[in-house]
Amino acid sequence: MNDNLVEINDLSFAYNSRLLHKGINMRFPRGKVVAIMGGSGSGKTTLLRLIGGQLTPSSGHVKVDGRIVHEQSREEIYRMRRKMGMLFQFGALFTDLSVYDNVAFPMREHTNLPESIIRDLVLLKLNAVGLRGARDLMPSELSGGMARRVALARAVALDPAIIMYDEPFAGLDPISMGVIVNLIRSLNDALGATSIVVTHDVHETFSFVDYVYFVSAGVVVAEGTPEDLRASQMPFVHQFVHGEADGPVPFHYTAPDYRQDMLRGANG
Amino acid sequence: MVDRIVKGLRLIGHRVIDRIWRLGSAARFFLYALVLSGESLRRFHLTIREIYFTGVLSLIIILVSALFVGMVLGLQGYNTLQKYGSSEAIGVLVALSLVRELGPVVTALLFAGRAGTAITAEIGLMKATEQLSAMEMMAVNPIARVVAPRFWAGVISMPLLASLFSMMGVFGGYLVAVPLLGIDDGAFWSQMQASVDFREDVVNGVIKSCVFGVACTIIALFEGYDAPPTAEGVSRATTRTVVNSSLAVLGLDFVLTSFMISV
Amino acid sequence: MDRTTLDLWVGIFVAAGVAAMIGLAMKVGNLTSSNLGVTYALQASYENIGGLKVRAPVKSAGVVVGRVADIHFDDTSKAAVVTLNIDTRYHFDKDTMAPIYTSGLLGEQYISLLPGGSPDNLKNGDKISNIQNALVLEDLIGKFLTNKASESNDKDKKAD
Repeated sequence: MNDNLVEINDLSFAYNSRLLHKGINMRFPRGKVVAIMGGSGSGKTTLLRLIGGQLTPSSGHVKVDGRIVHEQSREEIYRMRRKMGMLFQFGALFTDLSVYDNVAFPMREHTNLPESIIRDLVLLKLNAVGLRGARDLMPSELSGGMARRVALARAVALDPAIIMYDEPFAGLDPISMGVIVNLIRSLNDALGATSIVVTHDVHETFSFVDYVYFVSAGVVVAEGTPEDLRASQMPFVHQFVHGEADGPVPFHYTAPDYRQDMLRGANG
Repeated sequence: MVDRIVKGLRLIGHRVIDRIWRLGSAARFFLYALVLSGESLRRFHLTIREIYFTGVLSLIIILVSALFVGMVLGLQGYNTLQKYGSSEAIGVLVALSLVRELGPVVTALLFAGRAGTAITAEIGLMKATEQLSAMEMMAVNPIARVVAPRFWAGVISMPLLASLFSMMGVFGGYLVAVPLLGIDDGAFWSQMQASVDFREDVVNGVIKSCVFGVACTIIALFEGYDAPPTAEGVSRATTRTVVNSSLAVLGLDFVLTSFMISV
Repeated sequence: MDRTTLDLWVGIFVAAGVAAMIGLAMKVGNLTSSNLGVTYALQASYENIGGLKVRAPVKSAGVVVGRVADIHFDDTSKAAVVTLNIDTRYHFDKDTMAPIYTSGLLGEQYISLLPGGSPDNLKNGDKISNIQNALVLEDLIGKFLTNKASESNDKDKKAD
């Protein structure tokens, strides 16, 4: 049996003829929490969609449980996705359904369980994220942090083997952030799942993940455990970990020389 | 100068190709929604829920508009018919114009404005907030779960709404003709019944509204599904829904009418 | 809104819509009167049927007793052959006349059956021999004009 539940091998992906990924290799071992980090717009979210089979790579492949995702039939990809849970950036709760119905949604779609059992399961999941009392609220009545927790309960509704998190900390206050950190770790360990966290939040992430990949300009520039990376002297990692404004990732968007630009006047 | 003309031509060409391309993808979308309809018919409560939003919530605007349209037809018709001394034919005029044309067409236009825009905005926002993506990641096909029930709800609602519109319009015409203008009650109905044919007028009107139902609903769904996931994209898509639905309804009305008259 | 109230509203809506459809068929349209039940066919040939159409009513004493089922041109006799479907409840004798009338000055055209005095009744497939062509407005106006012209000619002659 392979130790890596998800493997990305030599993967390239072009979006609108712009090459977003240029030969990426990653390993996601069973039972671990792995973070993919990088600046905004470095195609981290796209990687999650490639793992989920929503996009097809230009070359290379993603293997989930030993099978190449984009070679599977549509039905097979759907079957694979039932083993995956994904937390979207802003929760992506169904706005026309209540909290309860949102969490019940995957169970009702994929199982024939009687309503009484679904009720027990939904309350169990909601209890795990501390929102059993909010089951009758609509998504519009929830705060950002609560919505994220409901979405997490929905993502783990079918006890997935892989849980993917897309920017789980974006736009959260420090308390909610701490809550989510704890939930990611505890759910991962309780379900025996493999978690993939896409984020750019260095300090929160380094506190609980097992392994980190740094992505920049379409390639993996650094990888290692949080301890390794904190000590790393690589300029990019150093800049990222310490949040410096300028460095290998330039402050300026590519532009012609400033002096010449000014001299050229308004006609340019 | 030549440059500008070339640029202009190229722009027109791009627009035309873009339209054709969109028409093609709308057709594919339509087929896809049909193929994946099984679930929305098997789990019919999904469709019933959407009938509530597209049909029941459109009732007020449809009934009120119909009443006024019928009353105006009565007044206008009376004015004209009176000149020829045949004001009893007012029932025929009101009923025929409603059953054949105004019922299906005005209902479809109101439907596009009331229910069509709501569908487009809802689906566009579901896409913008990644709800459709989330559904796909949960191994649920959004076309089967979100699009198909709304499609069938629209197709079922439209003929019902159009029939209610025609009936209400005839009632509006009756209110003006009989109590207000003093036309004989019996003449109003008997002339109407003698001239309105069940198959050629009533059934053809229902067929028209079914076709309009398919067109309006699929346009609203497609524009929502195809909208760029931004606030601006969704607002533009709702505008396009109204414009395209209206054009489609009026164009189809001409085609259908010419078929029905020649047969 | 919970599911039962929603279902109730949709139920009311669908029932009202279907009722409106039936209302259109019964109250506004002529579904009730156009259902003739069992019919038998008669034929009649005309030199000119004017604007008579298929499904036009066949009336006797002003009551609809049948409908025009088919109209075709017979090449040998160069006449229009009209098939009438008559309700089996009604019987007409062999001398029955079948003129084409117009309801009102510009209204639709229909066939009227005027009973004659023969003891034998017409049977399925029989041909009505006693017919009268449709009044065509152009012919009437034409006749009127020639009459006027000849009148004025006469006057002119008298004046001479």
